Amino acid sequence: MKMVKSTLAILTTATVLGVSGFAQAGATLDAVQKKGFVQCGISDGLPGFSYADAKGNYLGLDVDVCRAVAAAVFGDATKVKYSPLTAKERFTALQSGEVDVLSRNTTWTSSRDAGLGLNFAGVNYYDGQGFLVNKKLGVSSAKELDGATVCIQAGTTTELNLSDYFRANGMKYTPITYDTSDESAKSVEAGRCDVLTSDQSQLYAQRIKLAAPDEYVVLPEVISKEPLGPVVRQGDEEWFDIVRWSLFAMVNAEELGITSKNVEEMAKSTKNPDIARLLGAEGEFGKDLKLPKDWAVQIVKQVGNYGESFDRNVGAGSDLKIERGLNALWNKGGLQYAPPVR
Amino acid sequence: MQTSANASHPKGSVWTDPKVRAWIFQILAVIAVVALGWFLFDNTQTNLDKRGITSGFSFLNNSAGFGIAQHLIEYTESDSYGRVFVIGLLNTLLVSGIGIVGATLLGFILGIARLSPNWLVNKLATIYIETFRNIPPLLQIFFWYFAVMLAMPSPKQSLEFGSMFFINNRGLYLPSPSATDAFTPFLIALVLTIVAIVFMVRWGRARFEKTGQPFPLLLTSLAMLLVIPGLTIVLWGNPLSWQIPELKGFNFRGGWVMIPELIALTLALTIYTAAFIAEIVRSGIQAVNHGQTEAARSLGLPAGKILRLVVIPQSLRVIIPPLTSQYLNLAKNSSLAAGIGYPDMVSLFAGTVLNQTGQAIEVIAITMSVYLAISISISLFMNWYNKRIALIER
Repeated sequence: MKMVKSTLAILTTATVLGVSGFAQAGATLDAVQKKGFVQCGISDGLPGFSYADAKGNYLGLDVDVCRAVAAAVFGDATKVKYSPLTAKERFTALQSGEVDVLSRNTTWTSSRDAGLGLNFAGVNYYDGQGFLVNKKLGVSSAKELDGATVCIQAGTTTELNLSDYFRANGMKYTPITYDTSDESAKSVEAGRCDVLTSDQSQLYAQRIKLAAPDEYVVLPEVISKEPLGPVVRQGDEEWFDIVRWSLFAMVNAEELGITSKNVEEMAKSTKNPDIARLLGAEGEFGKDLKLPKDWAVQIVKQVGNYGESFDRNVGAGSDLKIERGLNALWNKGGLQYAPPVR
Repeated sequence: MQTSANASHPKGSVWTDPKVRAWIFQILAVIAVVALGWFLFDNTQTNLDKRGITSGFSFLNNSAGFGIAQHLIEYTESDSYGRVFVIGLLNTLLVSGIGIVGATLLGFILGIARLSPNWLVNKLATIYIETFRNIPPLLQIFFWYFAVMLAMPSPKQSLEFGSMFFINNRGLYLPSPSATDAFTPFLIALVLTIVAIVFMVRWGRARFEKTGQPFPLLLTSLAMLLVIPGLTIVLWGNPLSWQIPELKGFNFRGGWVMIPELIALTLALTIYTAAFIAEIVRSGIQAVNHGQTEAARSLGLPAGKILRLVVIPQSLRVIIPPLTSQYLNLAKNSSLAAGIGYPDMVSLFAGTVLNQTGQAIEVIAITMSVYLAISISISLFMNWYNKRIALIER
């Protein structure tokens, strides 16, 4: 099924590229406003980042980026349609115009940025690759994994990092590559592999899906830099700016202490010029982005600031309980930093 | 009168000549198809350029940088995508090859069993065929992979067969041979024996044609094969030393391994396709006129010889064409490997390589041409074989 889908996506790309004209700057925003929703590419089920709850609503840190864009454009965070994509399908889906934004825990690398005709709009999660093993194996460090069989998801940067790491440490391994992260997790449970490797956030997310999560541990080593963020097509700077600043608005809101609860009140009564500019009480900064004046207010009100979104989806308020770590604000020892609205 | 009018060229413009008109229409159609193809190609190229998407085939020389579970030729991570392509192709050919041989053998046995007068044999074959050809192949692959292979014990509790063969959820481990000093004399003896057998078979046939006296060719050949190379073993010792797999660390090392993905895939494809081949064989045998069997019987031929010399050669003409399409189906179904992570052409090249390079159009084009080439090769071979065994009409 997966294969049929990805082949279809690729054929669509070929057809679209064969017949259509060149993507104009501004074309995406016009098209989105015309159809009345943002088509957003997300992962095929990754707790904390993008997954469907029991009622079929999509939730997660990556989903929140889509919702923030919809809130900025339409003033309504629910005007999003989601396309769950496998790692293999994701870039073709974006290139062919099947989705407007790809917010699917995708690592920002030079070859993807420059070679695929795509642009990364920012980083919504700083991640690194790690290893998940069964406690029974008695392994406490990745350096002890010589000769191990490793499960991976196809079409990811993890395949390359894994090989680099084992080569650099003079160790051997056998990779078993599956189409979806669920399949690879299932195989680790069945004992086909000794180790599951992926971005650490994914490992935590996969672990809570296993039958006995307590029997598995994530090893301490982080073997790569994995800045994950939303991606758009190259050549439409206007849409690129909208996605980028939707994300920045969430980070800036956290830094300025604006939350979903106090945002409306702050928009009316604030004396802080930074807050006033972000929330549209002062200046015309929304207009530059071709967005309504209250774009940031809508984002924070409906989606929350970055900290709220993190906490609700992957942090202390969720099942994953991931520390803020690298994803804390820059003034709290982390890397999350957004340029000012001015 | 009319005939003479028709024979001469009709008067009037060339446009009214049906022959000329037919040519013109065909030329126009070809031009239209070529122009459309060129337009699509050129437009794609332009759009790829404008969107800043890299195109072209130079990526095949770039270093791949990822590991592969099964490679029939030497491979390290610093090898090129071109080599990865070859590995994917070989893995696909391996599955197709084993599958075709296995399905043909199993299919012939089942097809003949289905016609057996023995009630139990007959019904068992019927049940097999009706079950396996009615379950989608992907489900059968999942069954063999997830329910059978992955349910095997872990390496430390492997099933053992004589301390040489081991089955666990990492695959089937076999001892691997390596040549010793005695290998060269053994090989020479083997080659000489085979040459001798070829000459003996020719002589035996010629004698049979001339005098009608049969010579026990098969028995003599087997005896020669056993005795002559066997003698070198007595004289020089064992030509092969066997490396037995050993449990070390996480896994078995040494020896040969068949990974569970390969086992599950070949089992599923063999069993699935054998059901179809069995039906083709049955229909082929039933298509041979019963009079042929009766005639052979009245000549006093035993049942085995009737089947081998009279029925099967004639039924092959009916069997080969549909058999070809089953082979094609098997080769194409091998791409279902992607479902269980066997590194075949689709999962390795159209999967991982496509994603790492992002060059979807080129990769898919290459992959499609490979399947086309495999299928056409099988077709050509089977057509050649079909012609060779066809009834020579005089």
